Amino acid sequence: MEFTTEQLRSVAQLARLELSESDVELYSRNLTDILGMVEQLSAADTEGVTPMAHPLDMTQRLRPDAVTESNQRETFQALAPDTEDGHYGVPRVIE
Amino acid sequence: MSLHQKSVAELSAGLTAGEFSSRELTQYFLDRISAHDGALNSFVTLTAEQALAQADAADATRKAGDAGPLTGVPVAQKDIFCTEGVRTTCGSRMLENFIAPYTATVVRNMEQAGCVMLGKTNMDEFAMGSSNETSYYGAVKNPWGVEQNLVPGGSSGGSAAAVAGGLAPAATGTDTGGSIRQPAAISNLTGLKPTYGRCSRYGMIAFASSLDQAGPLAKSAEDCALMLGAMAGFDTADSTSVDAPVPDYTAMLSEPMKGRKLGLPKEFLSDAVDPETREATDNALAAYRNMGAEIVEISLPNMHLSVPTYYVVAPAEASSNLARYDGVRYGHRAEGVENLEDLYKRSRGEGFGAEVQRRIMVGTYVLSAGYYDAYYLKAQQVRRLISDDFVKAFEQVDAIIGPTTTGPAFAIGELVDDPVQMYLNDIFTIAANLAGLPALSMPAGFSGGKPVGVQLIGKVFDEAGILNAAHQFQQVTDFHRAMPEGYK
Repeated sequence: MEFTTEQLRSVAQLARLELSESDVELYSRNLTDILGMVEQLSAADTEGVTPMAHPLDMTQRLRPDAVTESNQRETFQALAPDTEDGHYGVPRVIE
Repeated sequence: MSLHQKSVAELSAGLTAGEFSSRELTQYFLDRISAHDGALNSFVTLTAEQALAQADAADATRKAGDAGPLTGVPVAQKDIFCTEGVRTTCGSRMLENFIAPYTATVVRNMEQAGCVMLGKTNMDEFAMGSSNETSYYGAVKNPWGVEQNLVPGGSSGGSAAAVAGGLAPAATGTDTGGSIRQPAAISNLTGLKPTYGRCSRYGMIAFASSLDQAGPLAKSAEDCALMLGAMAGFDTADSTSVDAPVPDYTAMLSEPMKGRKLGLPKEFLSDAVDPETREATDNALAAYRNMGAEIVEISLPNMHLSVPTYYVVAPAEASSNLARYDGVRYGHRAEGVENLEDLYKRSRGEGFGAEVQRRIMVGTYVLSAGYYDAYYLKAQQVRRLISDDFVKAFEQVDAIIGPTTTGPAFAIGELVDDPVQMYLNDIFTIAANLAGLPALSMPAGFSGGKPVGVQLIGKVFDEAGILNAAHQFQQVTDFHRAMPEGYK
């Protein structure tokens, strides 16, 4: 199967990645190769096999519904590229 | 014997005997780093000042009589672990200026055990790679072949090069598909990937959350046992952390191999394995037979599907985990953007390197509407088949043995243009991640003068069993004591 440049552009859009034209060419070749390798899976007989989402048979732990975290807004916002009055700054969304 | 030739266990004994202080030891390794890391590029960030302060604190603890085995022992931390107040890059431009606001549990546990952190080691970007070439901070060279431009393996390549070159007595790594064991094998180290859930993933920057696991890279199985004892433990901050006591991994090292059954999967002896790596594996099998172990031929019939399964599951989880890097809350932000979508796309386009972008797109594709069943669900089913093969095998044997890789280190640039060939580096290591099993690689010989390793895969939570088997091998061989020319 060939992974076309058109498919590549659509996946890049879904993943919110800005790519150059030369990247689009290269990546569509790479994804053709990678998905070609992955094709081997279709030969496996998986009729009735339960999908394995987790390596150990575990159930999610529950904890008492108690407050354990404190507000760390200032610590976390210190890492942000743009903040104002405790909010994160982004380009205008609503005109 | 110079200090950088000593194992962690030997350094620990030297500290206890008062032969040197932790400050002296720490300064010694900082000097080794100054002298040699220009050639290797194994560290992204050095924390010399903090290291010396930690060393002084460790010396005081020792004086007070409260020292444990790792008190005052310098170690290097892979730059995937968040360290409060210290830059944590994960090998990416995206996190070039990221000062972690908290410390990973594994690092915190090691601090509590008295370890001194020398710095943060280079790695493949977001742990995606088998050669350390995908790092934004430059490739790392393997001290076993600096002039030949040999890779140290990846993704824990900086940690491997630092320990192999004697710039740190031991280091941490993470292993999602082989990122501890493959670099250990081709850098002549012992490296252990514990059972999934054994070490907390809290503060360990996520790649593929159902596969990621932290572990040690060191000079011997005994050192790995000491390191794992400090790293492991239950952590309420990681929902997949396992609530089970941490045994003393050193306590079982001396158990004899007599009567132990080691399974040799015929799938591990394919034509892809280079002759000298095969010979090293055969020699290891002979050594175990001599120690009274029984080698049993077994089969893992779905083994050949582990790489394709992994390259659906891991990119799928990665595409989800890496969605958080949006240029808004932390990390790289593109300049001069037109609108919010442009901000996301350009920040991610600029902040991520090629391999990370490739995997994000593979993951996005296999999870996209209409393809989920054919790819992701199918891969999760095959993952079950691979795991079931191990369950059956462990009815017959105590551990599984085989080569860690198909051959020794390759040169920088050799595979970088062919992702699929690069992915096949992990052909023998990925299955243990898919099944969540503990596995280690240990030095087993040389191919063309370059180190190769043998892998031991254990039953769930039987780290002690495979560490014991590796330690016994290291009692009758001295491959693990070999150090590269120029770094002895």
